[in-house]
Parts: sequence; C-alpha cells; structure tokens
Amino acid sequence: MATEASSGFEVLELRRPPLWWRLRSRTMAGAFLAPTIVLLLAIAGFPLAYNLFNSFRHLVLTEPGTERFVALQNYVTLVTSGQFQQPFVHTFLFTVVSVAIEFALGLGMALIMHHQFRGRGLVRAAILVPWAVPTVVSGMLWKNFFDPSSGFIDWAGAAIHLPTANLAWLNGVWTSWAVILVADAWKNTPFLALILLAGLQVIPDDLYEQGRIDGAGVLRRFWYVTMPLLKPAILVALIFRTLSSFLIFDVIYVITGGGPGNATETLSYLNWQAFLVDTDFGYGGAISVALIIVAVIIALIYMRVLRVET
Amino acid sequence: MIAVKARRATGNGFFYFAVLLIIVFSLFPFYWVLATSFENNQELSLGTRGLWPAVWTLQSYVTLFHQDNFLIPIANSALVAACTTVISLFAGVLTAYALVRLVPRARVAVLSFILATAFFPVIAMVGPLFFAYKDLDLLNNYLALIVTYLIYALPIGVWMLVSIFSQIPKDLEEAGMVDGATTRQILWRILLPLAVPGVFTAAILSFILCWNDFVFALSFMTSPDRYTAPLAIVNLGQSQYQVFYNIIDAGVVVTTIPIVVLVLLAQRRIVAGLSAGSLKG
Repeated sequence: MATEASSGFEVLELRRPPLWWRLRSRTMAGAFLAPTIVLLLAIAGFPLAYNLFNSFRHLVLTEPGTERFVALQNYVTLVTSGQFQQPFVHTFLFTVVSVAIEFALGLGMALIMHHQFRGRGLVRAAILVPWAVPTVVSGMLWKNFFDPSSGFIDWAGAAIHLPTANLAWLNGVWTSWAVILVADAWKNTPFLALILLAGLQVIPDDLYEQGRIDGAGVLRRFWYVTMPLLKPAILVALIFRTLSSFLIFDVIYVITGGGPGNATETLSYLNWQAFLVDTDFGYGGAISVALIIVAVIIALIYMRVLRVET
Repeated sequence: MIAVKARRATGNGFFYFAVLLIIVFSLFPFYWVLATSFENNQELSLGTRGLWPAVWTLQSYVTLFHQDNFLIPIANSALVAACTTVISLFAGVLTAYALVRLVPRARVAVLSFILATAFFPVIAMVGPLFFAYKDLDLLNNYLALIVTYLIYALPIGVWMLVSIFSQIPKDLEEAGMVDGATTRQILWRILLPLAVPGVFTAAILSFILCWNDFVFALSFMTSPDRYTAPLAIVNLGQSQYQVFYNIIDAGVVVTTIPIVVLVLLAQRRIVAGLSAGSLKG
C-alpha cells in the first residue's frame, strides 16, 4: 500500500475504497433508494396483493357483514358471464384497430418530420399539444366536434351535402366507436410519431447511401434499411401504446359512458364500475387481476419478439 | 443527445400538403373549441352556422368563473400536481444518484422494478387504494391524490434522471471528494446544478402527467370543492335540456392553456426526454 501510494497520482483511481467508506456508501444508497421503493410498493405493490386477496372473497361495501371466502367464484363469474366477455372483445378489437391506425399515421408523421423543412419546429409543437392535453379535454373536444347541433362535423357534412345532417353519432354503436377512435388517435399518434422519429434519427445516413449505390429504390431502402433498424423504436412505441390502449378508460367515460346501452364498455370501464358503482371489491379485484395478467402477457410478447429479432 | 441528422425535404407539393394536414388535424379542433367558448347561450342553441361565430362574447367565461367557480378546480389541480412533482423529483434525484454512483450493480434490478410499476394498470389501483384511503380517512383529501399520482411521476422521473446523471462525467465529483466534500454536498452542490436542465424537463413532464389524471380524481374526490380540473370539466354545462358546450369549452380552454405554455417552453427537451426515457432501456 505504502509503495503504491507513494508512486503517485493515478493510484488514487485504482485503489479500492476502504471498507468503512464502502459500507457507508452502501447504507447511504439504501437510504436514498428507500423512499422511491417504499412509495411504489405502497401504491402499486399493495394494490396487486390486495386485489389478489380480495378476488377470492365476497366483499361488497353495501352488504356489510357478508364478507367471506368464496374461492374461485369471482373468477367463475368473470369467465362465464357475458358481462365480462363482451367488454373483453370490445377492448381487444379496439386495441388492435387503434394501435394499427395510430402506428400507420405515426410512422407517416415521423417520416415526414425526418425531413428538413421550414416550419419543422412548428409541426413538432403542433403535434405535442394534443399529446399533452388531458384525456378528458380531448374527449370533450371531440364529443363537441361530433355534436349534431354545435359540432363541426355536422356543419361541414351539410356544407358538402353529405347525408350526415343531425346524425347523432353517439346513438349508434359503430359511429360511437368511430368518435372514440378519432379522439384516441388524435391524442396518441404524436407519441408514436415522436418515438419513431427519435429512432429514425439514429439510423446512419451511410446505410441509405450504400443502398442507393446498390441500386435500391425508395421502397426497398425503406423495407431493408429503415424498418430493421427502426425495430427497437417500433417495439418500444408499440408496447406503450398497446398497453395504454388496452386500458382505455377516460375517453370512454367522457364520450359515451359505455353506451349506447353497454356497447362501448371496455375492461377498465367495467372494472371501475365494479369498484365504485357496485362497490364489489371481490369481483372488481378479479377483473383487476385479469387486467394485470393481460398487461404482463402483452409486455412479455413484445419482449420476446424483441429478443428473438435482435 | 443523439446527433440530429435530418434529411432535406424533396420540396414537392404533396410533401407540404401532408405537413399542412398534420398541422390542421392537430390544431383545428382547438380552434373549434376556442370559437365555441366565445359564443353565448343563444348562439349555441341555434346550432353551427359557420366557421366564424356571429358573436364573440365572454359570457361563458363569466359563467365559468362566477357560477361554476372554475378557479377552485384549477387551483386544486395545480396544488396536487406541484406537490407530487416536488416529492417525485426529490425521491427521484436520490434514487438516480444511488443507482448511478453508489450502487451501480443494483441498477438493472431497481430500474426493472420501477419500469414494472410504470406498466401497472392504473385501474387496478383504484379499488385497493379506495379501500385504504377510506380506512385512513383520506378520501376527498389532497394527500390521497398527491401520493397516488406518484405512479405517474416517479417512474418516468427516475428513468430520466438516471439517464441524465449517467451522462455527467465523474471528474468534478472526484475533485470534490478529494477536497473533502461529503456525499450530500457532492450531490446538491456539484451534480445537481449540472443536471438542472434535465431535472427541469422531468418536472414539466411530471406536472403534465399529474395535471391530466382523471380516474383517480373521479374515484377519490367526492365533493366539488376538491375536484381537479378534468373532473370539474366533466360536470360542467349540463342541464336537463341542453349541453352547454360553450361553457364546457371555456373550461377546456382554461385547462389547456397551462399545458400549452409548458409544452412550448420545453418542447425540444420534452421530445428529447421522451425518447431518452423510452429508447435507452
């Protein structure tokens, strides 16, 4: 030690820190990590455990004194009742359709913004605003936009003689979904576009140059150069969007309230109703557990794809 | 940050038409909301008669602030979002520092845990937390939202701060250490000032995410004087015979303005932060 220390300057970095220092810094690290970990365990870990626990019990707030262990009964209800199947199908289809539309639009937007042009900053600011506004705001905004009396669509349709005059969009099942899809795409496409744009910007230009020399056209360069290199960004963007699309709640609550009838009820909406309208925390817990499982599956599928492909 | 290598536009008409389409699609609905918010009740009940309202009045804003007391939900939203942002930045800075400098070996494990919580379905938190807050007598209490909103702010905050701290060279801290600075001094006096722009971005993102919440406010806040802005909007302008979109839209405009200001203030940084947070995994 003594000889090392006397040999000079660089030793300072090579020498292992003394034990007391290492212990102290480890204790300190524990203290530094504790608030975050404790808080996240309290607000996410606890709900996970409590939902799981409640899902095996009969626990309805408005029926005090009836709490009891019911084994799998809540799950049996969940699988056998149409009350769950219909929202499940809705949610699944909505997720597939909305993510597909938003991905196509987002990729288009990203490819456009990848060019250098006057007003590029303006476009970025313009698409960031829909992304940043509350979902309730975007829901209300589009509900108003499609309103048969004071909406733009009604007026514009009449102006170009479309048969949409006084069409009550939210009275029909398909038209309700259309409004929901537009509201969702308007708010979420910018996120996809920005992630994909960031992915595009790290692809080296030489590769396109190489492709051009090899005689590849625009489409071939896109398919063989852009797409493979964009894969990590695509996967990240798709994981985030698929999960949040699958859990859609705010837009449904604001625009249709699950209607007409219960035609636009999604799983999150069903779950919220179970908790706060029916105060059934057993059945609600079972739906939550199902949602968590699906979320994990979605994340695993994408991670699997990512690992296999890279 | 990544080197931005944009390609030059080919400059054809189709390209600029697409650009125009993006801008119109993004912004025109805002114009519609703004125009509607300046209509009075009579104009509104006549239905849409053009792109430009016949009368521009502030009537709906007067109703919004006087009858509906919309300043209260705005203040509630601001208070809750600000408190969550401060707590999450404080906890986030400590965590990020520990993961980058003190125990880098724990980094992957802790970050995976944090990422997993970010993917946790928000709706699955509603029931158990409702129960817990009911027992703790925290329903209708700001604290319930402040704590719960950490699920929005903390994961992305830690994630961004870790990526920022990793980019700061160790030299300065080592110099500080040689001069006998304590860990606390190194963190607050040396590292943090260097990370200010990144911390600022994390703060803005966190504030936006909290400001935008609906489901927790809907579930935990029971009296109108505790409503947050999005929750109050849902209850605006309803009457038995008509939906007063002019008043709803006034609420929408007032709720959107702070967000627009924040986004315009930090658009470059938000974009960089979003992509750093999601691409450096």
